[in-house]
Amino acid sequence: MQEVKRVSVREIIAERKSKKKLFGLFKLSRGKSVWENVIAVGLFACSVFTILVTLGIIITLFSETINFFSRPEVNLWDFLTGTNWRPLSSNPSPENFGVRPLIRGTLMIAFISGAVALPIGLGSAIYLSEYASEEVRKVLKPALEVLAGIPTVVYGYFAISFITPLLQRVLEDGLGIDVSFFNALSASVVVGVMIIPMVASISEDAMRAVPSSLREGAYALGATKFEVATKVVVPAALSGIIAAFILAISRAIGETMAVMIAAGATPRMTLNPLESVQTMTSFIVQVSFGDAPSGSINGQAIYAVGATLFVITFLMNIISDIVLRRFREVYE
Amino acid sequence: MTASVETNGDFKENLGFRQKLGRFFNVLLLICTLVGLVVLTVLLVDVALEGGSWIRLQLFTNYHSRFPEKAGMKSGIVGSLILIGLTGLFSFPIGVGAAIYLEEYAPKNWLTNFINININNLSGVPSIVYGMLGLTVFGRMFGLFEPDSWLVKVFNIPVTTGMQGGWQFDLFGIPGLAIQLPFGRSLVAGAMTMTLLILPVVIIASREAIRAVPPSIREAAYGLGATRWQTVSTQVLPVAVPGILTGMILALSRAVGETAPLLIMGAFTYVPFLPESVWDQFTTMPIQIYNWITLPQEDYRIHLAAAGIIVLLAVLLSLNTIAVYLRNKFQVKW
Amino acid sequence: MSADQNSNNHDIVFTTKQLSVYYGRQLAIRDIDLSIQRHKITAIIGPSGCGKSTLLRSFNRMNELIPTARVEGQVYYNEKNIYAEGIDPVSIRRHIGMVFQKPNPFPKSIYDNVAFGARINKYQGDMDELVERSLRQAALWDEVKDKLKDSGLALSGGQQQRLCIARALATEPDVILMDEPASALDPIATLRIEELMEELKRNYTIIVVTHNMQQASRVSDMTAFLSIDRNDLEARIGILVEYGATQRMFIKPEMQETEDYITGRFG
Repeated sequence: MQEVKRVSVREIIAERKSKKKLFGLFKLSRGKSVWENVIAVGLFACSVFTILVTLGIIITLFSETINFFSRPEVNLWDFLTGTNWRPLSSNPSPENFGVRPLIRGTLMIAFISGAVALPIGLGSAIYLSEYASEEVRKVLKPALEVLAGIPTVVYGYFAISFITPLLQRVLEDGLGIDVSFFNALSASVVVGVMIIPMVASISEDAMRAVPSSLREGAYALGATKFEVATKVVVPAALSGIIAAFILAISRAIGETMAVMIAAGATPRMTLNPLESVQTMTSFIVQVSFGDAPSGSINGQAIYAVGATLFVITFLMNIISDIVLRRFREVYE
Repeated sequence: MTASVETNGDFKENLGFRQKLGRFFNVLLLICTLVGLVVLTVLLVDVALEGGSWIRLQLFTNYHSRFPEKAGMKSGIVGSLILIGLTGLFSFPIGVGAAIYLEEYAPKNWLTNFINININNLSGVPSIVYGMLGLTVFGRMFGLFEPDSWLVKVFNIPVTTGMQGGWQFDLFGIPGLAIQLPFGRSLVAGAMTMTLLILPVVIIASREAIRAVPPSIREAAYGLGATRWQTVSTQVLPVAVPGILTGMILALSRAVGETAPLLIMGAFTYVPFLPESVWDQFTTMPIQIYNWITLPQEDYRIHLAAAGIIVLLAVLLSLNTIAVYLRNKFQVKW
Repeated sequence: MSADQNSNNHDIVFTTKQLSVYYGRQLAIRDIDLSIQRHKITAIIGPSGCGKSTLLRSFNRMNELIPTARVEGQVYYNEKNIYAEGIDPVSIRRHIGMVFQKPNPFPKSIYDNVAFGARINKYQGDMDELVERSLRQAALWDEVKDKLKDSGLALSGGQQQRLCIARALATEPDVILMDEPASALDPIATLRIEELMEELKRNYTIIVVTHNMQQASRVSDMTAFLSIDRNDLEARIGILVEYGATQRMFIKPEMQETEDYITGRFG
């Protein structure tokens, strides 16, 4: 037990006396109200800085994107609908700049990792919120959150050193299904594990925000613990859970290192998760890594892809923010 | 049915089945919770088995080498440490300043609301986008210091070209206060990018720490005629500092593990020297690990990479331990 | 105790024998012996913190939702000990409805709120008919019959509480426990709830906890007065001081402590 700190009036006066010199100094030099205002403006500037960051992102991404689309070799329509992504082709032309393979690769990984993380995360959330005793919860929840703190490059390593060989042994040696060394499934599994804590943590917060009076009401009607959890608590927390799902998927879409290491860099329109694919993020890194000159078509293409990525994740974040706000309005 | 007190024709309670279903789901939910922990354990064991025997002195004293048995990550370790130091230096004042403003000063209006939504949203922007922002704004500075830019022509700035091209000068003419524009692939550019990346986390954590200070303390100080800043600086901040530092360290530990934004910034995978100034090139631990993972030989790809991961995780663990220690030691319970 | 208890066994719904409830190591109520009569309204009154709610919640084993709670003694419901080995508390609760201090409708439609208990217990009859009957019994039908699909949270506080009563009635219970059902409501809504209790007692047995003396004297047939054991004020243990017909209790209580409380000299 920590000592409870009580601040008496006397202490505050003593404290002020000791600090008086410092303020006195400023009083002499500038006048108290001026100093107060300078501080206030400085603090205000700090928070406005965050808006500048957003503006910076938008200007950076979209100005180069506009340059990209003003080139004769590309156009927006083919970019959004084309199914071939060959930016390194010696013949840059609209049919080689279709972003859909990258989007499909990204969505495939987001979809499979969601299929891994959403049920497991929601199950963990229900367990932690409704079943686990306070002692168990105090151990399990931080342990689960460690997963979110592991660097993504480590997940990438885990995918190629453990998951992929495992898949190859089970599917290729066991069932005779071809598994390429770089494959989307292995990447999706680790990305799924990575976002479990996000799903679990936000969903659990939402469930714990459901007033216990609702649980009591259901118990009093002869509901079992399972029925209380699934028929009352989960529906009541549904918008919070949906917000968690959206945020987690958005996170999976923006994930880079694990995907790049495990899924490789082959842009293609495939639905086979055992092949190598390329995502939007891994394309961006691949090109920057090759140090494309800033004015080149590839140097500009990464901004177009980055802008696409930003718009998708931005929309998802905004939607989940709105959903979460609605949820809080109901119960707080 | 184990024990219905009274049977009633209108209902088919079937309680035995419902309770069985409940017990089944109880087990299923527990398994869900344990899946994550099992994977975590497997991951740690995998890394320890593959890399444990490769933890040797050379790992800390040598640079990357063509021979796996001689390869180390000295420049990565040093680079990571300097990078988080600089990042902390940059993000602390801005993050805490913004948090103080939003908790203690901000009026309830559309702008405050907008700032709040914006910070929430920034925390969800993929890290790679911050990399592109950093590359453009800090690394290249929109190409303003290239020989053919309007700025260089108008002001006749003496720029050079090449790897370390741009405009070098001493700030206020003081020797040693060197400045290099654009920031290029330097530690400064990397740290500034990381600052933007972790800023939302720092702000959110600092706000929570400040909010945890009970209003009665502020009221007491205001009641004695203290100004807003006097109240904040002498009453609120001293109490909130452990919480702020805890959040700060956790945010920095996120920066330590980040790889993608720095790759985009053009951080190098092979740096056979230690940085002498903040304007030097650098590499970091995760980048070194990534580099090893991409090499074809198993000694690099599997073993050295795992050894590097062990060092990285050890650094993260110590940062987290410090954060938890700070929180437990100085946390004031109200 | 008084002679009121010695009625015919068929008229007794609940009998508690030496009922004690602990929260952790803290004893909340001690050695309560009480018989609840069928088709009567029994009021439980007493100063705050004397264990009224704890006593009420031991009739449907709701105390067990608190992990540290422990019950000693017996509670006989229709002459069966509901705390006997092998009895599932879930099977009891459908027969003993409960209405809480603050209205707690589920964030679902009015219809789904009423149908909730019947659905989980697989009601075999016509659900629409059951919902209508329950809402009519709770005197809410006329106000909500055109908006059964609206959220239960959209109703006023008094309507919400009647919705919660309808919800409890839909599992066709025997007894309805009410924990200060009107304390969060305005006087007019309170009056409507009290009228409703009068109506319901024809078909149900009602046990109501209240801190409102007027309410207890207005609506109840029997009154149980709980108080803190005066021999050990520090421990704050609830005991049954007096139990009898409301009319007699409010005119001529046997115990001085009861009189002090009822007349407002204590509590």
